[in-house]
Amino acid sequence: MREQTPRQAMPCQEPSVRAKNFAEVAVGYDEPTALLEAGRCLQCKKPGCREGCPVGVLIPEFIKKIADKDFLGAGEVLKEKNALPAVCGRVCPQESQCESKCVLGKKGEPVAIGRLERFAADYLLQNGTDKVQPAELTGKPVAIIGGGPAGLTCAGELAKLGHPVTIFEALHTAGGVLMYGIPQFRLPKEIVGSEIDALKELGVEIKVNAVVGKFSSVDELLAQGYQAVFIATGAGLPNFANIPGENLNGVYSANEFLTRTNLMKAYRFPEYATPIKIGKRVAVFGAGNVAMDGARTALRLGAEEVYILYRRSREEMPARHEEIEHAEEEGVQLIPLSKPLEIHGDEQGRVKSVTCLRNELGEADASGRRSPVEIPGSEFELELDTIIEAIGQGPNPLVTKSTEGLELNRRGNIVADPETLATSKPSVFAGGDIVTGAATVILAMGAGKTAANAIHAFLEK
Amino acid sequence: MYVISKKRVLAEAIVLFDVQAPDIARKVAAGQFVIVRNDEEGERIPLTVMDYDRLKGTVTIVIQNVGYSSALISNMAEGDAFLDVVGPLGLPTEVEKYGTVVCIGGGLGIAPIHPIARDLKEAGNRVISVLGARSADLLILEEEMRAVSTEVVIATNDGSAGVPGFVTDGLAHILAQGAKVDVIWAIGPMIMMKAVVEYTRKLGIRTIVSMNPVMVDGTGMCGACRVSVGGETKFACVDGPEFDGHAVDFDLAMQRLSYFKDEENRAKARSQCECCADSEGRK
Repeated sequence: MREQTPRQAMPCQEPSVRAKNFAEVAVGYDEPTALLEAGRCLQCKKPGCREGCPVGVLIPEFIKKIADKDFLGAGEVLKEKNALPAVCGRVCPQESQCESKCVLGKKGEPVAIGRLERFAADYLLQNGTDKVQPAELTGKPVAIIGGGPAGLTCAGELAKLGHPVTIFEALHTAGGVLMYGIPQFRLPKEIVGSEIDALKELGVEIKVNAVVGKFSSVDELLAQGYQAVFIATGAGLPNFANIPGENLNGVYSANEFLTRTNLMKAYRFPEYATPIKIGKRVAVFGAGNVAMDGARTALRLGAEEVYILYRRSREEMPARHEEIEHAEEEGVQLIPLSKPLEIHGDEQGRVKSVTCLRNELGEADASGRRSPVEIPGSEFELELDTIIEAIGQGPNPLVTKSTEGLELNRRGNIVADPETLATSKPSVFAGGDIVTGAATVILAMGAGKTAANAIHAFLEK
Repeated sequence: MYVISKKRVLAEAIVLFDVQAPDIARKVAAGQFVIVRNDEEGERIPLTVMDYDRLKGTVTIVIQNVGYSSALISNMAEGDAFLDVVGPLGLPTEVEKYGTVVCIGGGLGIAPIHPIARDLKEAGNRVISVLGARSADLLILEEEMRAVSTEVVIATNDGSAGVPGFVTDGLAHILAQGAKVDVIWAIGPMIMMKAVVEYTRKLGIRTIVSMNPVMVDGTGMCGACRVSVGGETKFACVDGPEFDGHAVDFDLAMQRLSYFKDEENRAKARSQCECCADSEGRK
């Protein structure tokens, strides 16, 4: 019987309404819906879903707790393996991870694991009262550089094992991309804040405004008595397309655009003092998740027309399907197979338009995706007020440049042992985007976990 | 929290703060900057340091009340605290023995030129400082600059002190006396720095400027502070803030600095309204 219950849809704000506000798009399951969905899980003896999870969440176990109406218990099961379940339930690409391994997905639709994760994690945040007992301290302090998903996860795991952990965060708030990058309407900052508070309760110390590479170096941290250092500084250096007109007013990196809006809350200007300018017509370069975030944020800030310019076709867009669909529903217009050539400005130096070239798809490239081929003479012009470049981020060199003995690859990413995340420098580990290049929150969290286990083994030696 | 241990009014609308920030004070060097935020709603404001005391653990910043955020900060008192101070950011000044160096500070730019002049003098250079202001009463830090310079030339627009005119006139005054200048540091409003580099370009004197563009994070993450240097895009926060002035595209830099003027005016208008309401309320 239970197989016949359909996968429960995620209730969302109406597209026309939500495109005008910063409230969360997906409102979450209520209890009856969560129970229906949890009832679909077959409780497999050898659950594939768990193998699809980079942090090994005990998926059938937490779903069973939901089905048994033990919602707090479900949240606690999540927390055993995942320091940030309310975040992951919202931003993980479940369709290519846990849910892609669900047996139900072979014939029909997989269990909505992500939605259930969010339900249980939110329930725990709202109703959990039991304070965690901080573990007995080992007296072996660890420094973590970067308070994003990798750093936070590593900190949580090490704290559970009793190691005194200090996170050094460059910005004034920990959270990394969860705070400055992913918008409020997809991941409320209050949720991130609560999950970080839970880590502090575990004993994790967070030093904000601490730019390692400037106020202190990795070697100084080691000399101060930290017995291991985990570098998790992420992918913080924005790429630009390197086309003429890029320094005109109105051209933002996605990092700047999103940081102003999310971290500095420019959408509440002038109550918050950081401004943002949007204009009426906005183009986003790129079609990854960051591009979708930028486009949807632009709509909410009052833009009338928002375009996504992408050099390949819709099929190759790297963003999650859900994000592309949400963006389109809200009115974002996709212009695939187009390549920006030059940005033009007015007398005041403000963006006026962009000239693009049409592409067609050619042979598959090394990534397996069909590569774009320019169509000569196909130039077209788009009138614009604002451009947001979301074409990827590289590694920020502040830490790597100021640290001797750290092997880097040609892109400037840190070389780390895939098993232990140990670097070429003794006592120093690295993980997340600073090693892999820009990837996902959950992969960074997986790296944080791997590093924590390796650092624990290293400290116990 | 970063407590203000000393406040001094230097001139009308220009105040100096010693701020408790031991981690920064330990490391900061001439030419570097900090970013401050007064409260949760505040902007991140970059300010080049005027001085520091490694023992007391303080950094000294100077701020001019020109807009919404700077007004809020200027009104802070001794004992008040910034919510955030982060640094030291940017690259330090390349201090070497060059020979004769001219350090030009215009308006608020005298503050960041101060530690540069001091370090250059300590490195054995002959340091001639040119201090510029609209008028004598707006001239700041004269005494401090005399203490770290071999010689000081003052230039005021209205001629109320020193050479009448601009800092370039002060510089011309020095050159007319026959000084052979090896390097020049020039810090001040963009328009002043542009005037100086146009002047020294013809003379072939190397001129370093310190750029003060719009910034958000100050660590290379956002790219708001893009400046074009020798045709290449640089981030002032991590590649600078000091650059070879002759390679900087100042027209672009000034254009970029004006991008948020409307918003600044909006916020400022709002703050003035609030200030009025406040003072009336207290009366």
